[in-house]
Amino acid sequence: MAKTYFTEDHEWLSVDGNVATVGITDYAQEQLGDLVFVDLPEVGRKLAKGDTAVVVESVKAASDVYAPLDGEITEVNGALSGDPALVNSAATTDGWLWKMKLADEGQLAGLLDEAGYKAHIG
Amino acid sequence: MTGEVTKTLPLEDLHQAAGAKFGAFAGWSMPLTYPAGVMKEHQHTREHVGLFDISHMKLFVVSGSGAAALLNRACPIDAEALEVSQSKLTFFLNDKAGILDDLIVTRLGAKRFMVVANAGNAVADEAHLKALARDFDARVEPLDRVFLAIQGPEAEAVLAKAGVDGSSLTFMHGFEPRPNWFMSRSGYTGEDGFEIGLPEADARALLAQLLGDERVLWIGLAARDSLRLEAGLCLHGNDISPDTDPASGALMWAVPKEIRASGTFIGAGALRAIVEKGAAQKRVGLKPEGRQPVRGGAALFDADGNPAGAVTSGGFGPSAGHPVAMGYVSTPLAKAGAKLFADVRGTRVPVEVSALPFTPHRYRKG
Repeated sequence: MAKTYFTEDHEWLSVDGNVATVGITDYAQEQLGDLVFVDLPEVGRKLAKGDTAVVVESVKAASDVYAPLDGEITEVNGALSGDPALVNSAATTDGWLWKMKLADEGQLAGLLDEAGYKAHIG
Repeated sequence: MTGEVTKTLPLEDLHQAAGAKFGAFAGWSMPLTYPAGVMKEHQHTREHVGLFDISHMKLFVVSGSGAAALLNRACPIDAEALEVSQSKLTFFLNDKAGILDDLIVTRLGAKRFMVVANAGNAVADEAHLKALARDFDARVEPLDRVFLAIQGPEAEAVLAKAGVDGSSLTFMHGFEPRPNWFMSRSGYTGEDGFEIGLPEADARALLAQLLGDERVLWIGLAARDSLRLEAGLCLHGNDISPDTDPASGALMWAVPKEIRASGTFIGAGALRAIVEKGAAQKRVGLKPEGRQPVRGGAALFDADGNPAGAVTSGGFGPSAGHPVAMGYVSTPLAKAGAKLFADVRGTRVPVEVSALPFTPHRYRKG
């Protein structure tokens, strides 16, 4: 059963075993506005917590999405190449960005739960 | 704008009520987007009517028997040759022909002109013009107005329904239809449309009518930027600045021929020297390959990897359906079809020099 975590940088992680699916929150997509391009990383890339994993581009600006934890990218959401607006219309479902194998599941303890995230965005 | 208080628009309450998201621009808190979002706002303007609050921009009346002479000194323009109601794009230049601001000058009468200046330069423009005015029999009067842009193919119709007749105006003409109103057929979108400066109370009354018309939608600065970029129009501070001049900015069409030869405007000698020698760089349109936007600040390289220039504005063109950009390239590369590369976060994105505008202008030229 997957469990969902959040970061203060407005990402969500759905963790199943040691694999996390990562996306941005609905709050984040609303702040960014209409997305026109998602610069996806290569599968196999190793990420350290805080690395820029993905760049999402709105009409007006480019924004970094950071790796919430250490790990290795196992899959990216190829559907976003043709339809980046999926991140706007379905941020927490079909608009996921990448999947990663976690290097240290213990790092999950440092993330927010849904109540914590809701308190964070006020 | 560090240390300055951010100014709020007189109609901020209306934007709040419309659900605007605000952001800082040129010292002002401005609506960036409304709930429709930048894509829909952009497309709505091209298809129907976009309504923009541009009260951050500044209107000045320049009047007196020396008004035309003052403008001829301040700008590369022949103000005396303008017909009453005729508008013209022009500039304040420094003595190196660098562009201090771009302006629209409209002749209101024999000895009266309206000057519309950019928000970020308004304070400096006023000081500059007032200092120059000491040598002329001319007054410079900044106006306290709400300034609205009504842009799009149905602009004339929605204004007519609201009781404002703009049908007599053609593109780049303006007049004073009512006391303390200034209205011109002009804009920053590439579409037909109007800009109206008017007192706040009149503006609220007009907006009550306009906003009741389903063809009209508030449009924020984000879509204003994508619209003007598709239309190939310059943003001062990005695409033109005191470090660029009308020749390198590909804006010499705004400088009348006889003024190029014999004008006595500030920067005349420097501009003549640049034109004679040929500008080293030229402003061009840039079309990135693929879907990835190339933003202002990105460095450009030629096919061999040599520096070729820089992007000054870039984003996605919702009507064009692809990324659009503008920038400066070395003059030999400033021809449509030239293949370059932009550096985007370390990746070389192919871009092609492209004719401007990206989206055809649909001005009502009469």
